[in-house]
Amino acid sequence: MSSLLDRLKSGIQKTRSGLVGSIDNLIHGRKEIDPDLLEELEYSLISSDIGVRTATEILEGIKQRVDRQQLADAGELRALIRQQLLDILEASEKPLNWAVKPPTVVMIVGVNGVGKTTSIGKLANRFKGDGQKVLICAADTFRAAAIEQLEVWAQRSDVEMIRQQSGSDPSAVLFDSLKAAEARGSTLVLVDTAGRLHNKEHLMAELEKMTRTARRVIPDAPHEVWMVLDATTGQNGLEQAKKFTESAGVTGIVLTKLDGTAKGGVVVAIAREMNLPIRYVGVGEQVDDLIPFEADKFVASLFDN
Amino acid sequence: MFDSLSDKLQRVFKNLRGEGKLTEANMEAALKEIRVALLEADVHFKVVKELIEKVREKSKGEEVLQALSPSQQVVKIVKDELVRLLGTHQSKLRFSNEPPTVVMIVGLQGSGKTTSTSKLARLLVKEGKKPQLVSVDVYRPAARQQLAVLAKQLNIPIHDGEPNQPPIDLVKGAKMAAVREGRDVILVDTAGRLHIDDALMQELQELKDYLNPQEILFVADAMTGQDAVKSADEFNKRLGITGIILTKLDGDARGGAALSVRQVTGQPLKFVGVGEKPEAFEAFHPDRVAQRILGMGDVLSLIEKVEGAIDMKEAEKMQRKLIENDFTLEDFRDQLKQLRKLGPLDSLMGMIPGMDKMSKQMKDAKMDESELTKIVAIIDSMTPHERANHMIINGARRRRIAKGSGTQPQDINNLLKQYTQARKVMKTLTDSLGGLGGGKFGGSMAKRLAKMGLPGMEDLMRR
Repeated sequence: MSSLLDRLKSGIQKTRSGLVGSIDNLIHGRKEIDPDLLEELEYSLISSDIGVRTATEILEGIKQRVDRQQLADAGELRALIRQQLLDILEASEKPLNWAVKPPTVVMIVGVNGVGKTTSIGKLANRFKGDGQKVLICAADTFRAAAIEQLEVWAQRSDVEMIRQQSGSDPSAVLFDSLKAAEARGSTLVLVDTAGRLHNKEHLMAELEKMTRTARRVIPDAPHEVWMVLDATTGQNGLEQAKKFTESAGVTGIVLTKLDGTAKGGVVVAIAREMNLPIRYVGVGEQVDDLIPFEADKFVASLFDN
Repeated sequence: MFDSLSDKLQRVFKNLRGEGKLTEANMEAALKEIRVALLEADVHFKVVKELIEKVREKSKGEEVLQALSPSQQVVKIVKDELVRLLGTHQSKLRFSNEPPTVVMIVGLQGSGKTTSTSKLARLLVKEGKKPQLVSVDVYRPAARQQLAVLAKQLNIPIHDGEPNQPPIDLVKGAKMAAVREGRDVILVDTAGRLHIDDALMQELQELKDYLNPQEILFVADAMTGQDAVKSADEFNKRLGITGIILTKLDGDARGGAALSVRQVTGQPLKFVGVGEKPEAFEAFHPDRVAQRILGMGDVLSLIEKVEGAIDMKEAEKMQRKLIENDFTLEDFRDQLKQLRKLGPLDSLMGMIPGMDKMSKQMKDAKMDESELTKIVAIIDSMTPHERANHMIINGARRRRIAKGSGTQPQDINNLLKQYTQARKVMKTLTDSLGGLGGGKFGGSMAKRLAKMGLPGMEDLMRR
């Protein structure tokens, strides 16, 4: 598994040098914690998209310790921030809700262009490698050529896929897929959905309908609902998580495109305010570059050498 | 989650009891609020810092200190500063003297390049141009097919090329096809890439060298956070972009990225994507995005949208009826049918400043799409006399209408409530259309919205 860790490390190199590097630069050669240092620290945190409120909270904690003279050495700041981030991310960790009686149904939702289809392709490959019998449900019937894109991924990983005509009812495709999964003895169904902006009520209602449809075939489905989030997303990511949780009952986050950004901080805000665990992080374009998220390893790769 | 900045500032000044006026001390509190609002809107923190300094300077002027309503003055200063930063006028595309003009569309993965390419093509057709499409995204599975499907839907020619052709050969083919077919604009949809990907950036450079494009448009996602600056800067440095397309503005992101991208590249924002449909693509208006960043709604876009979808003659007729207080349930039904053409109701409501509360009421009343169908069914079940005069609808009539439309008497009550509410809203909207026609927009609509107790509007007005 060490190769996984290496890949994580190289994938989050940007965030590492962005966030942690800037903290290190700030602290370097400074002894005292003065208002200037705290302000610069706040800017480093905010520039990682962690959000004004989370940043303010972390800083308040630091200020209090300084006031009570529990903290005086700037060198201790690094460890303190590391611990705060770890606390937030660990608090939201939850075990996967795998179906007692297969198939497990995982629905993938999110706004447009975050990488839902690509993530499904990569997840299918990963789960197949883990010995699951995977079936992909092509329920993005809206975007032009979305089904064709998914089909290429299904072929690459050699897994089954259920599709209908472009423009057909996504709930109908889902119904077919779940029936097929039961008949063929699939152990895992990955459901692709069309990208939708979370403030469009009629599209969010469509997701609710899909959930109801899934329940008609498999009473406790969908077992997991993952919202895919682009790591370059700003504060809107929080609003996305809220609305998708309301409509589709999100149980976890898949954070994509982390390799291209020094940010991704909005997941910390999401973990803190929504208590949603991060399930996978995407750190590259290769098929095995979507890797399971573990808070301690993630924070360690960020802060430790 | 986001309060509008003007609401926040009003609270700041209200909290300072007895200090209705701006002092240097309470100004600091206001600046703090402004800073948080801008950061929450994803404006890059360096840009925020500069902006706050400018606002601080300008607010020190006597004019502000003596202003009757300091919060409004401050909001105005911030907004003016935002508009200035965003670019004071909208920019058009540059066309070559010797067609075909070449436009390259570049950007990160998932920002909306392919969708924007097809939308831009449609817009060009509307302006009398003859675009030719080509996709050189040979990496993402089915990406070229996606553009081909969209092109077919819009009936715009696309150069398909061979399955495994390299990008440079694809654009060569497209250029030849354009010259042959007399197309005057070539739109080149490129593969999404991270700015750190050297090989792919190299490929874009080669394409640029060969094509010598008049425009290189960078597609930026309105939901992007602090990173917007970095990717835009990198693309600009390596390719020299000439303009920006801001996408997914129909979401509820504040779009502070627009400011960052504009600031760091110095290039103008040219277009915005505002929906999933091909026609949801408009020229960029700095003042509207500035208002949005501040959370002040987007009245002008709403008016334009209404104007585009509603038959003007019909609207005039409606307005006359409204003025004569003769807006019947039958008119209500027709109006709802027209409203439907505008898209989801709550997205419309979001565009009206201060309408959030109202929109919540509407939500309680469940004014969604399927509800519209129900309303139409109910009105259809009324007698002409009832439609012309809703006051006569008593309990017995209610039961009959409910039966006829397959609803409950309760639904009829709700409808009548909504009807009276809508009467107000419609009056406002149609009035503003009339105002637009007379070239005096602003006054009448704003006053009316203000009368209806929409706080944001008053702010806009008093300036």
